[in-house]
Amino acid sequence: MRRSLSHHDRDTIAEEVMGGLEAPTRRLFLTRTLSLGGLALLTGCDLTDSQGVETALQRISSFNDGVQAWLFDPDRLAPTYPESMITRPFPFNAYYGEDRVPQVDGESFRLEFSGLVADKHAWSLAELDSLPQTDQVTRHICVEGWSAIGKWGGVPFSLFLRRVGADLTAKYVGFKCADDYYTSIDMPTALHPQTLLALTYDGQRLPPRYGFPMKLRMPTKLGYKNPKHIQAIFVTNNYPGGYWEDQGYNWFGGS
Amino acid sequence: MTDTKPASRDAIHPLWLRLTHWINALAVLIMVTSGWRIYNASPLFDFRFADDLTLGGWLAGAIQWHFAAMWLLAANGVVYLLLNVVSGRLWHKFLPLSPRAIFADLVAALHGRLSHADPRHYNSVQRAAYLFVVLDILLLVLSGLVLWKSVQFPLLRVLLGGYETARYLHFFAMAALVSFVAVHLVMAALVPRTLLAMIRGR
Repeated sequence: MRRSLSHHDRDTIAEEVMGGLEAPTRRLFLTRTLSLGGLALLTGCDLTDSQGVETALQRISSFNDGVQAWLFDPDRLAPTYPESMITRPFPFNAYYGEDRVPQVDGESFRLEFSGLVADKHAWSLAELDSLPQTDQVTRHICVEGWSAIGKWGGVPFSLFLRRVGADLTAKYVGFKCADDYYTSIDMPTALHPQTLLALTYDGQRLPPRYGFPMKLRMPTKLGYKNPKHIQAIFVTNNYPGGYWEDQGYNWFGGS
Repeated sequence: MTDTKPASRDAIHPLWLRLTHWINALAVLIMVTSGWRIYNASPLFDFRFADDLTLGGWLAGAIQWHFAAMWLLAANGVVYLLLNVVSGRLWHKFLPLSPRAIFADLVAALHGRLSHADPRHYNSVQRAAYLFVVLDILLLVLSGLVLWKSVQFPLLRVLLGGYETARYLHFFAMAALVSFVAVHLVMAALVPRTLLAMIRGR
């Protein structure tokens, strides 16, 4: 059984998150990079051309997206765990503090669907609850390195995509969230058997801190690829990016 | 036990070896310094690396560097190993190797009695250290694969004890690599001829 996340870790997460929030000055990443003088000498390329370095790294990151898509096996399942291994308490994690978790009204909530889908009607929570449900205990791996085991329940996302008549040959599925977070995933991962439109956590209605009213739970992707408080889903062939991805985090983000 | 070839103007280290050595040095420098930044995002122990020693500026930048330099490290490592095997250098330079010989050479080295008269010839401590660092980098690559793609490499994940264990393996293998580099740099400083040989071949 792994240890639960300590205060220290949480402070760290908060710090990194704050680091991210300040990230419009993302170029600081390169200015600081340049302080590593020895490296500048060794690489032989002009590191003062920070735009060039940034472009090169971004290109390699895109190349790594392709490699990950190629490595991704649609039938390979992430390991599942007994409920006794669930991390308690499961850590809260977002790009903001826990006091700023959005409060979504479940009664008036409607999940919107747009883009390459046949059925664009907005779904109420009751309608979503009436779809076939399943649950799984899987490991959530954060891009920071820590991991935690949790139990999510909900509608297999592939079932949902088929139900709304999504174009399953499209490249991307994008998400817009009540906390202004946004992200997007590849269609093969969207159709993976363990990808869930999660409505519950540990057998209870998904609490606000874990993403009420719903979260897309993918044990095959890193934490930041799993959007919470989803309000709108769209299917598209145009690269939609994401909150962290647009700042330099790898888009595929698979594990 | 020394090489019987005359110490002529022949290169001590062939060009391919020098190239792969320095490319590896660069790749390791990038991997370690960006890795420290990634470690700082969620430290395993009660310490962090000084930000000034890290590469990338923030987590996303460090990850970009880490996952770019990994290709350099891996491709260069494959070339190095292939040429070592094909040229037979692996067996000539690193074998035979016995614990007794390592111990004897280590004692001699600590008493300042280990000769470096012929840089073509690796003493047993060198053989052990260089073989160790090859295996250590291999462990870094394998544990890194488990961290990067823990779902896609299930056998490797299980062999390395799972995702969380792989984090510790990756860390300790890094620590061992950095320790090697520290000793390696001291030795090169003590016997500068070896550094020259690795640069110009002679």
